[in-house]
Amino acid sequence: MTATVLLYGYGNPGRLDDGLGPALAREVASRGPGAGITIETGYQLQIEDAALVAEHDVVVFADADTACEAPFELRRLEPRREMAFTTHSVSPEALLGLAHEHFGCRTEGWVLGIRGYSFNEFGETLSPGARRNLAAASDFVHRALSDGSVARNAVRTGRKGEDHA
Amino acid sequence: MQASGGTKIVIEPVTRVEGHGKVTILMDEAGHVARARFHVVEFRGFERFIQGRPYWEMPVAVQRLCGICPVSHHLCAAKAVDRIVGGENLTPTAEKMRRLMHYGQTYQSHALHFFHLASPDLLFGFGSDVASRHVLGVAAMHPELARQGILMRKYGQEVIKATAGKKIHGTGAIPGGINKNLSLAERDELLADLDQNRAWSLAAVKIARDYTLAHIDTLAGFGSFPSNHVCLVRQDGAMDLYDGGLRAVDAEGQVIFDHVAPETYLDHIAEEVRPWSYMKFPFLKALGPENGWYRVGPLSRVSACDFIDTPLAESERKVFKEVSGGKPSPVTMAYHWARMIELLHAIEKIDELLHDPDLQGEDLVVEGTRRSEGIAIIEAPRGTLFHHYRVNEDDQVVMANLIVSTTSNNEPMNRAVESVARQYLDGQTITEGLLNHIEVAIRAYDPCLSCATHALGQMPLAVELVDASGAVIDRRTRG
Repeated sequence: MTATVLLYGYGNPGRLDDGLGPALAREVASRGPGAGITIETGYQLQIEDAALVAEHDVVVFADADTACEAPFELRRLEPRREMAFTTHSVSPEALLGLAHEHFGCRTEGWVLGIRGYSFNEFGETLSPGARRNLAAASDFVHRALSDGSVARNAVRTGRKGEDHA
Repeated sequence: MQASGGTKIVIEPVTRVEGHGKVTILMDEAGHVARARFHVVEFRGFERFIQGRPYWEMPVAVQRLCGICPVSHHLCAAKAVDRIVGGENLTPTAEKMRRLMHYGQTYQSHALHFFHLASPDLLFGFGSDVASRHVLGVAAMHPELARQGILMRKYGQEVIKATAGKKIHGTGAIPGGINKNLSLAERDELLADLDQNRAWSLAAVKIARDYTLAHIDTLAGFGSFPSNHVCLVRQDGAMDLYDGGLRAVDAEGQVIFDHVAPETYLDHIAEEVRPWSYMKFPFLKALGPENGWYRVGPLSRVSACDFIDTPLAESERKVFKEVSGGKPSPVTMAYHWARMIELLHAIEKIDELLHDPDLQGEDLVVEGTRRSEGIAIIEAPRGTLFHHYRVNEDDQVVMANLIVSTTSNNEPMNRAVESVARQYLDGQTITEGLLNHIEVAIRAYDPCLSCATHALGQMPLAVELVDASGAVIDRRTRG
């Protein structure tokens, strides 16, 4: 049976490159992700997202990353017990932990960090470097979802490339 | 803040409160609390940077104030813009769709606050170990309760998604109406989980009620005080979270003003600026800044309305009012009980609306004579919310004024902090217990500081005790 995958792109599209997560989700959706793939977007992860995570075998949280190597990095998540300062945001690790604890799931978690460069202004556009990194990440995720490698744990990190900022 | 001849304790920020605030406790030379202040140190400026934008963008743009309660801003801005386009007399389908959206918002917001911010205080006690006094502690001790909280919030979010188009920053309300109705498939999906959510809501009210009644003597002395209250009410005096006229009552429940039309709010309410906070201090003009401060939110709404028009919530309201002898409740911690009564009311209204065939109507938008000004009031989960816009002939916003509920509760929160500090500060030692008690008092108001100003980032909790000479004699950090 094919594993079900949740691709959750989150961030604030009104803060330039912080919109990379939702932009990736839209790009992947436009390419026809196939059966068993759920695509969701949000401004930030919320507590109730734990219920959605629990409905899938694999979750990939896509978010802008201010520090990873360009164009992107994929890393495995471990569920964690933690409480952030506010409920305005929940970390991917904590959300995975809530899903495991409250809904008895064993969902496997990944974070896809896409390198961004411009965060401190208002605007609904991506910087040129972020757009290039988004294209690379979109190609990677599309292939991984198409050939099932996400579900088989066959991927560890994205291709290392030049920093195009 | 400058301390003159006293000791200053600074607490920043307050944990499990949405946003960033700072508490300063100013002590006299004898080591007693002289004054306490709840600061908001970030400047919002939101009203300024929406100037020049076209008025029809407002219902979408103002949602960027908050990712937790965007629907309240979305609907309040839409109501204000309705008046600008002359479309305030909505079609039945448009008004009911907006109301359904609003009750979904109230439901999810109240559920989030109660189960994930407030319930640890109630279940573990104010002074319990902060390391376990949070939602994960609740999850460990009361796993089913924590799971219910998640699913209740999820249900409210699904109501929002069905009415606004998406869960965060939707576009359902437009000038003069809405851009979609509710399909039968959407209706049936929401109806499927309704009974379960009603049962959970009744159980949540019971938790809050039992807790309040069991501890009423303690709670009556915890950050509590008589106050004026402001809220919207329907023409017949019923609680109305979406629309109506403005009512103000005093601590005895006597009406100060009633059924005030939103467009005349400036005749009755003014805002005072104080140099040590970016948050203003609203007051009732009839009573002046000294005596005219007031509370808003669940405590005020349940206290000041004449009745609730849904049977289960009305039954709870009667018990609530009995406890305070028919007067508005002075008990700050009774906010939680009132909030759960509203949670129950919201799910009853969702039930009522989902069975209304008007939601499948096709007549969605009305237009009328254009105006240059739009003012609207809505009851957001945290309290009364005002949106006021003026536009020029080019359709640009030239003036915007927003009074958010946390701003109205500014003075009450200051008083609650001062009351608790006087009660729990012992000597010159900053204890976890003191911090916890102050936070419990502030959290009762469910303040959203990113809404009241503009907050970015996360800072650790820092507490400083500064003596009269300015030297730091004690310091604690958290987070």
